Amino acid sequence: MMDEFAPDMIIEPLLVEKAVAGRRGYLFPALDVPAAPALDSRYARTGSARLPEASELDTVRHFSRLSTMAYGVDYGFYPLGSCTMKYNPKVNEEAASLDGFASVHPLQDEDTVQGSLALMYRTIEDLSELVGMKWGTLQGCAGAHGEYTGLKTIRTYFLHRNEMNRNKILIPVSAHGTNPASASMNGFEVVQVASDERGLVDIEDLKSKLDETVAGIMLTNPNTLGLFEKDIRKIASLVHEAGGLLYYDGANFNALMGMARPGDMGFDVVHLNLHKTFSTPHGGGGPGSGPVLVKEELVPYLPQPDIVFHKSTGRYAFKWNPKTSCGKVSGFWGNFLVIVRAYTYILCMGSDGLKAASQHAVLNANYMQAALRKVFPVAYDGLCKHEFVLTLEAMKEETGVSALDLAKGLVDMGIHPPTMYFPMIVHEALMFEPTESESKDTLDHACEAMKSLKETAYSDPEALHNAPCTAVITRVDEVRAAKSPVVRY
Amino acid sequence: MYSYIPHTEQETRAMLDAIGVKSLEDLFSDVKEAGCLLERPLDIEKGRSEEQTLDIIRGLAALNIKGVSFLGAGSYDHVIPSAVKSLSSLPAFSTAYTPYQPEISQGVLEAIFEYQSLICELTGMDVSNASLYDGASAAAEAASLAIADKRKSSRVVLSGTMHPFAIQCVKTWALGTGREVVVLPEKNGVNDYSSLESLLDDSAAAFIAQSPNRYGYLEDFTGVADLVHSRKCLFAISSDPLSLAMQKSQAEWGADIAFGDTQVLGIPMGFGGPYCGYMAVRQDLMRKIPGRIVGQTVDTEGRRAFVLTLQAREQHIKRERATSNICSNEALCSLTNVIYASLLGWEGLKEASSQSYSKAHYLAAGLKELGYCAGAGLAPFWCEFPVVFKSPEKLEEFTEEMKRNGIFSGVKLSRITLDRKDDSTLLVAVTEKRTREQLDRYLAIAKREAR
Repeated sequence: MMDEFAPDMIIEPLLVEKAVAGRRGYLFPALDVPAAPALDSRYARTGSARLPEASELDTVRHFSRLSTMAYGVDYGFYPLGSCTMKYNPKVNEEAASLDGFASVHPLQDEDTVQGSLALMYRTIEDLSELVGMKWGTLQGCAGAHGEYTGLKTIRTYFLHRNEMNRNKILIPVSAHGTNPASASMNGFEVVQVASDERGLVDIEDLKSKLDETVAGIMLTNPNTLGLFEKDIRKIASLVHEAGGLLYYDGANFNALMGMARPGDMGFDVVHLNLHKTFSTPHGGGGPGSGPVLVKEELVPYLPQPDIVFHKSTGRYAFKWNPKTSCGKVSGFWGNFLVIVRAYTYILCMGSDGLKAASQHAVLNANYMQAALRKVFPVAYDGLCKHEFVLTLEAMKEETGVSALDLAKGLVDMGIHPPTMYFPMIVHEALMFEPTESESKDTLDHACEAMKSLKETAYSDPEALHNAPCTAVITRVDEVRAAKSPVVRY
Repeated sequence: MYSYIPHTEQETRAMLDAIGVKSLEDLFSDVKEAGCLLERPLDIEKGRSEEQTLDIIRGLAALNIKGVSFLGAGSYDHVIPSAVKSLSSLPAFSTAYTPYQPEISQGVLEAIFEYQSLICELTGMDVSNASLYDGASAAAEAASLAIADKRKSSRVVLSGTMHPFAIQCVKTWALGTGREVVVLPEKNGVNDYSSLESLLDDSAAAFIAQSPNRYGYLEDFTGVADLVHSRKCLFAISSDPLSLAMQKSQAEWGADIAFGDTQVLGIPMGFGGPYCGYMAVRQDLMRKIPGRIVGQTVDTEGRRAFVLTLQAREQHIKRERATSNICSNEALCSLTNVIYASLLGWEGLKEASSQSYSKAHYLAAGLKELGYCAGAGLAPFWCEFPVVFKSPEKLEEFTEEMKRNGIFSGVKLSRITLDRKDDSTLLVAVTEKRTREQLDRYLAIAKREAR
């Protein structure tokens, strides 16, 4: 592949393309013990590996330049729906960098890691209170991993109750793609539930699908349209009467902190996304953290080990629970340094701050929705929670300019595009989630940008077909990438 | 206290007016109508200043005690060059989302492409994904890939010398789903292959193993790939990626799937996470691998560009028929890996690997000389080896005395196997970071304890 491109067709060469034989970016001190006899040839590697040969400065410049070709929350508005791209406070980073956390081995004796254990214990306590659950686990490493863990806990619960006939998970058609994928990884059959004209769960359709084969329903509340499921208590009693459980996908929990709790609505299992609601950075796609919190009757089936506090000694400890636990879902105890950041955020915000965060997230979404409904139709209009969905179907028909084109136009105005073409029940969808971090003037600017882009769509559609024009590259050929994949040098 | 909300009172008022509601509470009228409004404050303390918060956090960090670490069993204290953290914390990397918009994500995408290439080079495989959560959960993904690859299969065979936490992850994946996990017995600390052929029955989809294994021993996979393939199964090997600078790669052993944990490539121990799982496969399994993949393409001007590709495998397209549910992975950790490997280069990786090897053998030889039963298996080891004590009490005395001298001397095997019979075995890991002085101090204390 290296020869395929003329030098001026390469934005930033791969570091390996600039390798200079023998150049090194890090040197180890000389070996200060006798060299051990070589590994038996039966086990020894014969092939080498082609890696960069670069100085420290070469490496620093390469990655620094790459970072100028990326866009983070620190650079501008990032209203990516369902992703909660709120500000990632710098104090969180300082906390996670403390040597007492960063340099600790996961299998040190428990008496040498009381700080880590206390922090995890208190995080579970606070998260449980926030969502109205009894207790939880921090082992999930991302949102989808939390879903997998929560559903596995449900599976194990029914296994112990000899109810393995419960083999179905109900999922609304508007749900995140991870929901059905997590259900099927757990061996469940996925049954879709329709949305009604309000954009909410269709109660009649739900009723028709409830029977003794249903293990539960997965819901996001507010849902992916940003709407609160007003019938949630009804839904909960219907599902519970049929013997099923309610799973709460916490992707959208930033709308409700301190205002409402899934546990009070009737949910039995919750996962949260610490990298969304609790301000830990997304890192270009992880690491996240997906804690799972459950009602009392499900606690025994959570992954192991649990963390316990012995009042008599004032000590924290791990507790393995092999008889009932579903086992392990990741290598050690979860993404600990992400949890440190989230706990720092909880300490800083407190109960009043967390509630204010949700209130202002909802304020910002409704403010933007009010301004933008004059520009594009809102897919399901009304009071929204933390996000809302516009449909650009009419503009597409009238001008040929799609939601994608308009999103690319936002890039030229310094704004990260909202989530596109989701949920699937809305045509030409753009889903905005401004979060509480953004100020009124940022929102005003974004709404003005949307308005002017719409004008451009009608006056000069070609300009938007060609957007963006200010980024380091123009639009890419996705078909070529998938048809003849080049996925390594 | 909560300074992360920028709204002034006047702005909030103006925004409420624009929406047409009177108060922030009114924005939750739907929640109230549904009877779901929380009518009391949360039982969580009120907010604090940044300094008050840091006081508490620093206090917790100070409760953790550090020592000179000879701990391993899945997490290792290797050298991390200063530039690694400095570059991986650049805010355009750390505060970005998944690179869905290629025009403004070329930096993230190119770094992932370099990471995928790194993993392919180390493992010898054709295609790597953009990362998984960690090495243990990657074992479950390997099992899942194999089951999906072979029609009507339901069984995976795991090596009994795999890390017990990885075995637990695979068993958890199988729990309640009709999938079956069977474990191959071990002999002298390595796989005993005598029953492998019979375990690989028609329902089996894969044999999954690990080297260096849970004791630190290297497994001899000679002939295993042929046997596994003759049973129409896939062969997956988990390896510490730094060990691959010395020992045969997964491709050299004839494996179909390579996976493991990249913590050793520049990621701090961090009490167990975040780490990063890698997975790479042969070309013909490319469309079955879980997780994101970055591919090369061109923009409309013909310039080289990178983009997320082969997405038809993934959950946001395929939903319940996706190869995995994974969405967020460990992108920033994989970036950390590629920065680390770029600084070291192949020569540096070989040096870190061989110095760890030599220092581990120096310590093991020293312990043997003092009469300890160290690394007594028949197989060679790389940077970690077991020491078997006469009794759990003897082990306890040894590790306590070490601890009093500021040394974390090893991981008691029962910490990971959860089996009392392993109470008298200590796993000792040595990295290139340990100095001669530290090794000799370890031996000096061991000498006192041996008496």
